[in-house]
Amino acid sequence: MPAEHESVIPIESDADVVTARQRARELAGELELTSTDQTLLATAISEVARNITTYAVRGEVLLSVVRDSDGRRGIQVIARDDGPGIEDVERAMQDGYTSGAGLGLGLPGARRLVDHFSIETAPGQGTKVTLVMWSRTPPRPDMRAA
Amino acid sequence: MAVPILKQGPILIATIQTALTDTDVLQLRDDVMAQVTRHRSRGIIVDVTALDVMDSFVSRSLQGIARMTRLRGAETVIVGIQPEVAFAMVQLGMSFEDVLTALDLEEGLALLQRPRKETPDGAG
Repeated sequence: MPAEHESVIPIESDADVVTARQRARELAGELELTSTDQTLLATAISEVARNITTYAVRGEVLLSVVRDSDGRRGIQVIARDDGPGIEDVERAMQDGYTSGAGLGLGLPGARRLVDHFSIETAPGQGTKVTLVMWSRTPPRPDMRAA
Repeated sequence: MAVPILKQGPILIATIQTALTDTDVLQLRDDVMAQVTRHRSRGIIVDVTALDVMDSFVSRSLQGIARMTRLRGAETVIVGIQPEVAFAMVQLGMSFEDVLTALDLEEGLALLQRPRKETPDGAG
């Protein structure tokens, strides 16, 4: 998936979490994602970006526009940090499991909100979460050729 | 950004006007609790019409407000959850089972002003 139109939002405070999801919503609007999909994506970003401020203190959110082989466009969100990483990813992906004070809905909840969810992490290696939400609008023929 | 809280008789109305940071949400919780105590309020309405995202933190905090105020003898009603936001909350796993909700401010006021049921286990 080639990426274009990158934007990087440093995540260091709870205000940055709000900025990240608002930027993503703007981008989602440009791509004509439905209002519901914009909300689902913004909510998922809120969850993964909060994990950065809670567990890693600082990190960043990268937003980019991606295309699949049919020319369909989507928004890719990468939330990454150099924090402590997650020891047991399988457990972290279960509803209700948390090592902090939250509800344990962050990662599993975010996964349910978007089209694609993947996570790369290891203890001491930081965490990288990738989300993609695809546009439901079928690609125009001229875009497929591009 | 502080959330304005308006006192209308025995009811407090907190109207969220813009996106809230986690710090703002915690401030709202503390402000509501302080005002419920000061005014001996019987009901609280939190209007979330302006919120375009209610993630697990906001949802949990509002649930916390509802539970805490109930222990003080006051009912909280969350009004104005947008349809897309409701959809996202369900997907996320936030069901708000023990929290009163209403369509809008008017319905929320009607809900709080209905006669209370005199049951031993209270409202539930």
